[in-house]
Amino acid sequence: MPQPNVMSSFWRGVRDGLPFLLVVGPFALLFGVIATEAGLNVFETLSFSVVVIAGAAQFTALQLLSENTPVVVVLASALAVNLRMAMYSASITPHLGALPLWKRMITAYFLVDQTYAAAALNYEKHPNQTLAQKFAYFMGVVLPICPPWYVFTLVGAWLGNAVPEGLGIDFVLPLAFIAMLGPSLRTGAHRVAATVGGVAALVFAFLPYNLGLIAGALLGMMAGAEFERRMLPQEGKS
Amino acid sequence: MIDKTALWTVIVLLGLGSFGLRFVFLGVIGDRELPEWLLRHLRYTAVAVIPALVAPLVIWPAATGGETDPLRVTAAGLALAVGAVTRNLYAALGVGALVMFGGGWLLGA
Repeated sequence: MPQPNVMSSFWRGVRDGLPFLLVVGPFALLFGVIATEAGLNVFETLSFSVVVIAGAAQFTALQLLSENTPVVVVLASALAVNLRMAMYSASITPHLGALPLWKRMITAYFLVDQTYAAAALNYEKHPNQTLAQKFAYFMGVVLPICPPWYVFTLVGAWLGNAVPEGLGIDFVLPLAFIAMLGPSLRTGAHRVAATVGGVAALVFAFLPYNLGLIAGALLGMMAGAEFERRMLPQEGKS
Repeated sequence: MIDKTALWTVIVLLGLGSFGLRFVFLGVIGDRELPEWLLRHLRYTAVAVIPALVAPLVIWPAATGGETDPLRVTAAGLALAVGAVTRNLYAALGVGALVMFGGGWLLGA
């Protein structure tokens, strides 16, 4: 029987995850439409979203597959796009690493950009939660993000070619991430990490296999950590 | 037309690989203590990854063939500023969407 504060953590997660429906919905819809246009049937399209459950990697793989790229190159590119998931895994481990194996496996499966971002920001803001509360919060965030990912993929696959292009729908993805980023820039270290991350990703954009993203992220993290180390006496921990 | 064998190979192996990347630390490290320097870096993963992911999409959007679009850059900049000042995700989303889609409509793009 879950305790009331665990349930309230779950519902807090649902509430915090809800805005991402605005991102996940159109993005999944778009994947469904594009996959159908590439010649995938409804079952194949849905399987892609359920098995892989990673938007950017799915788009990358689909794009390369339709260019008849060798499977090895498709996999290497799409996995490179997903390398950031290993960083999410490392980042979430201090919070959820004590869970039993099956719950860690569930967490790993549902660890996507949006669930990670919401959970990591929440755990940092409220560090005194119990393990059960943290897991409940995570599953709460998952609810309005992951099942809609499947559902809207399906809707997109059915709609097929009906969605017109050129509406700027591609901008929904960066906009949602930016809206999430602004409020989390709480300290100088956070702002330094974000600035270095963004600029470095642009500088290293010439690198193949999306490694510019990895380079930007690592340099941003290093910059933030170094800034915190130097400012610690003045600014206090986070 | 995408080859069915290639498609299913990619779906299955990409699914397993993605799960592996997500599970690697959660599964292997568990509840062992991580060193302070690593934790300090991990505190900034989210705020470093997000701009690294977004900046190229804003500056070189695929929808324009990679050409910088002043409207997208303006919308992104204003959304970030509003989010940072108000600490409100919805305010940032609203301003960004208004500039992007309202601006696109006004300019007849």
